[in-house]
Parts: sequence; C-alpha cells; structure tokens
Amino acid sequence: MSFSFDETNITKIEQLQKRYPSPKALTLPLLWMVQEQEGFISLEAMEEISKYTTRPAMEIYKTATFYTMFNLAPVGEHHIQLCKTLSCALCGKEDILAYIKKTLDIEVGQTTKDGKFTLTQVECLGSCGTAPMMQINQTNYESLTIERVEKILEELQ
Amino acid sequence: MSDTTLQETRIVSQKFRIPNSHTLATALEHGAYSTLRTALFRPASDITTAVQESGLRGKGGGGALAGEKWLLMPTDDSRPSYLVVNCDESEPGTFKDRQIISKDPHLLIEGMILTSYAIGANEAYIYIRGEYQGFEKILQDAIDEAYSSGFLGKGLANTDFDLDITIHRGAGAYICGEKSALLESLEGKRGHPRLKPKNKEPEWYFGNPTLVNNVETIATVPYIVQNGALAYSKYGTSQSAGTLLFAMSGHIKNAGVYEVAFGTPMLEYINHFGGGIRGDKKLKAVIPGGSSTPVLTADEVANATLDYETLRSLGSSLGTGGMIVMDEDTNMVEALKNLLEFYHHESCGQCTPCREGTGWSDKIVAKILRKEATSQDIDKLLGIADIMNGKTICVFAPAVSGVISSFISKFREEFEIDSTPKIHNKMEIK
Ligand SMILES: Cc1cc2nc3c(=O)[nH]c(=O)nc-3n(C[C@H](O)[C@H](O)[C@H](O)COP(=O)(O)O)c2cc1C
Ligand code: SF4
Ligand code: FES
Repeated sequence: MSFSFDETNITKIEQLQKRYPSPKALTLPLLWMVQEQEGFISLEAMEEISKYTTRPAMEIYKTATFYTMFNLAPVGEHHIQLCKTLSCALCGKEDILAYIKKTLDIEVGQTTKDGKFTLTQVECLGSCGTAPMMQINQTNYESLTIERVEKILEELQ
Repeated sequence: MSDTTLQETRIVSQKFRIPNSHTLATALEHGAYSTLRTALFRPASDITTAVQESGLRGKGGGGALAGEKWLLMPTDDSRPSYLVVNCDESEPGTFKDRQIISKDPHLLIEGMILTSYAIGANEAYIYIRGEYQGFEKILQDAIDEAYSSGFLGKGLANTDFDLDITIHRGAGAYICGEKSALLESLEGKRGHPRLKPKNKEPEWYFGNPTLVNNVETIATVPYIVQNGALAYSKYGTSQSAGTLLFAMSGHIKNAGVYEVAFGTPMLEYINHFGGGIRGDKKLKAVIPGGSSTPVLTADEVANATLDYETLRSLGSSLGTGGMIVMDEDTNMVEALKNLLEFYHHESCGQCTPCREGTGWSDKIVAKILRKEATSQDIDKLLGIADIMNGKTICVFAPAVSGVISSFISKFREEFEIDSTPKIHNKMEIK
C-alpha cells in the first residue's frame, strides 16, 4: 500500500515549509495531514513524511507512537472519545459509559461490527465546566445526559 | 450565603459576552488592535517595562513574573527570536484558554503582536492541543482575517514590523503543556521535558532564544499597553497583581469561568458565581488550581483567598485557577484513583520515579478500593510519594507526590483498611 500526499496537501506543505526554521518541525503537521487524508497513519506514510522532514522514518515512528491522537490503524467512522477524568467522573460519566457500552454492544477500545463506532475513554478534554462530555471525531458533545446520548447515537447511526 | 457585592473584573474577558466578538469587524468596533499604531512606533523596551511594572504573572500554572521572563530574551543576538504561545490547556479542571481563543481570538493576536515586537520576534507559534480542533478553526479564521486586513504579515498595521503566526497542533499528550516538552514537540519530537539549566535563561527552539507564555498571559498584554501598568496592578494583591480567569467544575450548580481579581475569597467565589453545591449538599473538598495542586478541605477553603501567597501558605498552589469542587458524598479514594490513572497515563516515562511511581501508587489505591489492602499500604503510598518528590527532570512527579500526600493526610480515615465503602462506588477498579 503506497502513500502520497494529495495536491491540496502538497500546496499546504509548500506554504508551511516557509514558517519553520527546520523541516523537522513539519513532523506533527504532516502526521496530521496523513491522518486527515487517510484516516490513519501507515508505515508507508511515515516513509513519505521522512522525506519532507529530512528525518529517518524510524524517528517519525518514534514521534507518532508518543501521541495518543495519532491512529496507527483504522478506526470506526465515528470515534467516540468519552472523557474519564475527575470533573466528568464527579458529574456522572460512569452512567454515560454504561449506556454507550450497552447500546452499541461494545467494550472500551472496540469497534462495532459494522465499523460505524469505535469507543475509547480519554483524559480531560478541557470541557470540565460542561461535564460529562465526549468528543466524536472533531465535535464536542457537552453536558451529557442519557437522553442526549441516545439522540446523538441515533442521529449518527 | 452569596455575596452580591462580588463582581467580575473583566480585563481579558471584556468582549466575551458581545455577540460575534470573534469576528474582526465586531472586535474592531470594540477597540481591537488600537494599541498597535502607537506601541509599534515607540521603543520595544517600553512594552517590556510596562509588563514588568504591572506585576503580570504567568497564567499557565507556574505564576512566574512575565516581565522577568521577557528580560531573559537577548536583544543583541544574531539568531532569530521566537514567541510560542502555550494553548495546550490539558490540566484537568482547566478550561479558560478555550474561552479566549473562541470568544476573543483577536485579543490574543494583538497580544502576540505586541509581545513579539517587545522581544524582537518575527515568527510566532500557537501550540494548541489536538482535541481543540473546533476552537482552532475559530482561531485560524481570526488569523486569516487579521492577515487579509493587514494586521499580520509584512509591515503590519502600516508599520515596518513583520510577524507571521502559525498554529501548531499537538496530538494528545498532557506533558506537552510543560514548556520544554512543548518545544521538543514543536521540533517534531516526542514531548519529553528537558533538564532545567542552572541559571535563568530563555527557552530554546532549534537553538534559538524563545519565549513561552500562556494564552491568557499574552491576552493581558494589550490591556497593560493601552492603560498602563498601574491600571492593571491596582487590581489584586501586592504580590498577586491583576486578575485571573478562574474556573469551576465538579459538584457545583453553575460551573464556568469567571474573571476576578486575585485576593477574592474562595468560598464567596464558589457560592456567588457557582451558586453553591449541587443538590444543596455540603462542601467537602476543593482542588484549587487544576488537578496537580494539593486538595483543600472545606475548612481550608473557608479561610482561603484566591492568590498565590495564600494558597502556598495552605500547602497548596493557585496553579491555573481551575477549581474542582467535591461534595460531602465524594469518595476521596476514588477521586485519587481517578487522578492517578490520569498521571500514570500521562507520565512521559523518562524518569523512573515518575514512570513507576504513578503506576505503582495507582495499583495500591486500587487495592484499597477493592478492600484488599493491608495496613502497610498507606505507608507504602506515602513512601512512593516521597520518592517522586524532587528527583525527576520536570515537576510533574513532584506535583503528583503533593496530590497523593494531601489526599492521604487530609482524608486518611477514608483510606484506612477498615473504612466502610461510601456511595458513588460505580467505578470499575482495574
Ligand atoms: C506537567 C505540566 C503541564 C503544564 N501544562 C501547561 C498547559 O497546559 N498550559 C500552559 O500554559 N502551561 C502549562 N504548564 C506550564 C508551562 O511549563 C509554562 O510554565 C507556561 O506555559 C509559561 O507561561 P506563563 O509564564 O505565561 O504561565 C505546564 C507545566 C507542567 C510542569
Ligand atoms: S517527571 Fe515524569 S513527566 Fe516529568 S520528565 Fe520525568 S517522567 Fe517525564
Ligand atoms: S474532566 Fe472531562 S473535560 Fe475535563
């Protein structure tokens, strides 16, 4: 499975190159670009990033594996990330978790059989004032109740 | 109980309630960028002097005097200087910077222009946590608008000053909020904190002198430049000048962010803005400044004021000002377990006491929750906390150490093996 950046991204990369004193700084932006283009980051894509950043592919791998948001394997169409940290826990996150697990019939870390939903628990997402909360792909759903989660899941089905 | 005289002092949050304040047109109507024309024609040192005299302290958690930090930046160096704004905002309980970038991004941009001019930087970055993509978009739109109206780029605001601002997105790693880890990450590497130098010096980005400040710190600069140092330092206390966007979450009726002057009584803040505890229960404890600060009991909260000195005298810390409020029914062992899971997950793994200590203490607290602990386990926990203190590259581990010891010393009876389980015991214990 080979990888190459699409044309829009190549233009973006050319612009970004001017903003950094070293091409090494492009590592994170390019990892993001790959993930947005392909959904996850393959070893082939890391080889490609290594060319732009003048770093060995192993260094790209080392960086990519440090950050929890980089997916090194495909995830479901809707990636549910439920916050598990203290303010959300104090405000009823366990009930939300139990409801999602039951409704989708999956455990944390699993993807539904139809590939629609992946469920993970994540640490504080900076929405403690509107806890409990979850992020699905890039959208925040805050001040969750079971009723709201029920509607959200239905709409995404 | 609420004190109706308590009021917000809106310095950074001035435009927060104005509809569409994130757009350039509305921001301009309310005075955005008005400081640039005058400030950029005066010597750069004028801005640094004003910031220094204002007593402005860094709002990312450490509370370092901003002016002193700026003065570490060289003025006669052949290498380029950089400004990096810290929008990693990953400290649990903290959600203030997101208010600034989504409600008044132009205030941050204006602050970045003034700061970059003061330190002689022509390139600035905003390091934003990866989970803030929705807010990042608002910020990027504001930056684009600023470019197209001539407030950014070459010869900005018809002066001969040039500045480019680039948003750099993190990817889910709490430790990247620590400034040297942030710079490692900005250089494309794992977010591993660097060893601190013996003497005070700037930060380094690819070997170039660099200033790292929090979003809120930089967003305060336009006010100081516009109104003068005294206008800012008249708020707050003698050592904690000005205001902070304090935040409140947990068992509180009206969670949220409210800007008040330092020195405001803590309990009054909680009762007045927060409307008291949910379900009209009693207050049990508050973590005052983000999850890494030692917990306070209700009695301590009753006597505390919101400033650096008072919280330090209570053995805690003001941190980011993000308060996590817990009611009388909270199981403190579970609360500590929750935090230890967080720290175990987020330790960058470079230092053995931190990498092992966070996991080990998490396991012991799990044992206590499962009722399988022995009488020696609490002492073991305290011993681990001791090993984690002062023996690591960054202050992550010492902070965890302080959290563990504060929970145990203040709520010891809940940790004792013969204590009966409290309610709320819904958590899955791993
Ligand atoms: C573990 C750890 C996490 C941190 N996280 C953040 C953060 O998310 N945002 C932030 O502004 N500062 C954070 N800091 C503080 C930064 O290291 C640094 O002091 C700050 O960004 C400097 O800006 P200021 O002086 O304006 O506060 C963190 C520090 C540590 C030790
Ligand atoms: S104390 Fe912990 S987070 Fe800090 S450098 Fe050491 S291992 Fe990393
Ligand atoms: S604790 Fe869940 S968003 Fe902060």
